[in-house]
Amino acid sequence: MIEAHGLTKRYGATVAVDNLSFEVKPGKVTGFLGPNGAGKSTTMRMILGLDTPTAGSVTIDGTRYRDLHRPLTKVGALLDAKWVHPNRSARAHLAWMAASNKLPKSSVDRVLEIVGLTEVAGKRAGTYSLGMSQRLGIAGALLGDPEVLLFDEPVNGLDPEGIVWIRTFMHRLAAEGRTVLVSSHLLSEMALTAEDLVVIGRGRLISQSTTQEFVDRASGTTVKVRTPQLDQLASVLHQQQLVTRIEDAEGEGKVLFVEGDLTTDQIGEAAAAHGIVLHELTMQRGSLEQAFMQMTGDSVQYHAHDEIAAVTHLDVPSNTEVAAGPKEDN
Amino acid sequence: MSASTATAPAARNSSSYGGLAVINVERIKLFTTRSPWWCMVVAAVLTIGLSALATGFLNSEEEKQATIFITQGGAQFSQMVMMVMAALAVTTEYRFGTIRTSFQAVPQRAQMLLGKTVVVGLLAALVGLIAAFGAWFIGTLFAGSADLAIDTEAEWRLLAGRAIIFFLSAVIAVAVGILIRQSAGAIAILILWPLLVENLFNLIPKVGDDMARWSPFQNGGSFLNQGNDGGFAGPVGDASNYAMGPWWALLYFAAWAAGLMAIALFSASKRDA
Repeated sequence: MIEAHGLTKRYGATVAVDNLSFEVKPGKVTGFLGPNGAGKSTTMRMILGLDTPTAGSVTIDGTRYRDLHRPLTKVGALLDAKWVHPNRSARAHLAWMAASNKLPKSSVDRVLEIVGLTEVAGKRAGTYSLGMSQRLGIAGALLGDPEVLLFDEPVNGLDPEGIVWIRTFMHRLAAEGRTVLVSSHLLSEMALTAEDLVVIGRGRLISQSTTQEFVDRASGTTVKVRTPQLDQLASVLHQQQLVTRIEDAEGEGKVLFVEGDLTTDQIGEAAAAHGIVLHELTMQRGSLEQAFMQMTGDSVQYHAHDEIAAVTHLDVPSNTEVAAGPKEDN
Repeated sequence: MSASTATAPAARNSSSYGGLAVINVERIKLFTTRSPWWCMVVAAVLTIGLSALATGFLNSEEEKQATIFITQGGAQFSQMVMMVMAALAVTTEYRFGTIRTSFQAVPQRAQMLLGKTVVVGLLAALVGLIAAFGAWFIGTLFAGSADLAIDTEAEWRLLAGRAIIFFLSAVIAVAVGILIRQSAGAIAILILWPLLVENLFNLIPKVGDDMARWSPFQNGGSFLNQGNDGGFAGPVGDASNYAMGPWWALLYFAAWAAGLMAIALFSASKRDA
């Protein structure tokens, strides 16, 4: 169990992590989600005692990391797969880590076997591909057979095979009763990996809930309407206090989106009552990405369009684009 | 040591943790990359090789005047090489990020860094010993007619003392590495300081001579050289070059090493990794 209480980290005038409190429970994978620069890595470094919090505290089963005896037997972490000496072999890298916590030499062979690096363990770590480095990092995290595991963006830059491997692996670790905290800015990945979500933006906690709750709460539904009498329908719907927006969809001309929890029936009836022709009337369920965008929209640090695209890292179809502004109902 | 407040948990845990573990760790780290091996070989060969050059081409008149001091000319360069190795042992960890893995494995940072210092320092001492006696031995081979017997306290100090000076220089280098955290900067300081800065003090009017006499590496050299015979190279220096006697000079140099290390450990324990 990881517990953070009022965790704060300031660098001069910049607040990287702001009064952050959350819990990570054992037996499941908890996703640590936030846009780039939200303070995920800083938080993880504070959990591991690498950075000192400006205020607040974070403990692992009630103990600060810096007070742990042989910490690798309690907490394993992969923060950056590149943190190895390129001229040192994977086996030697794991050997010094094992020696530091008085772990038996057999533990090195054990973790090499688990991550499937046994055959290349004698090669210099600098020759490894990103996927192999990531596996080496995971081997290091597992070395002391710890109850708590931290992974910072473990799937970044991996090929699909590697991503599936890591995802399956996380589930296995959690099923063994371990506490697993995985950070990511990829919501789609988290939806498949994590059962619980701790969502942060600009260093502040946005929500802590199950992944399902997060999606349900945040993603409203939208109705997409195509009609030749666009303006007329819009004004009719405005009279019913509905929020609409008109967008140019590729190949479809102008399209009307009606937001809020409502059914296609209501709009269809309203159109019929005013004799408006409809070409399309479809319900669009909010995606995880939308939920994420709506929740963190006002906390994305850089509002440039590119950055928002980078945050979701997904092909958001033009008809589901959501403004990055705050939503009152959240 | 001023780092004691920051390392209070380390002291509490030391019984279960063990100093031997961190020494073992640093031994593995150092010998599983190639550059320390190269540094050690180069350091030993430099002193011994320069001794061969210094004693191998003497005419018979000079050869008779050769002394142990003459064989030790390359040792300062060997010392530089070992200091570079010592600094790199720290700065490469910062460069490749392994310092974070190290601090993660041993959150009692001062303990981990002291382990590194001990390993690197002892290796430097060993190399210093091999270099000094190796160079002396080469001298006895090439300058057979000279009196190179080790028979004065000063001569023993010059040869065996090299190990102590190499050890303390390595401690200073590790400390500078911890403080600078960057290879190029640390190496530049470690090379310019003893070779250039301490010698340039003499150019400053009035206070310059005193500054030179009281600078750390000067005293390290003073510990080794005092009372030795320069032979045909002329006198090794008179009393005006030295601020204190040889053993006090050693203590003074050691105090610099300990002071710098204390500052480095305190700083590493406090700042973010």
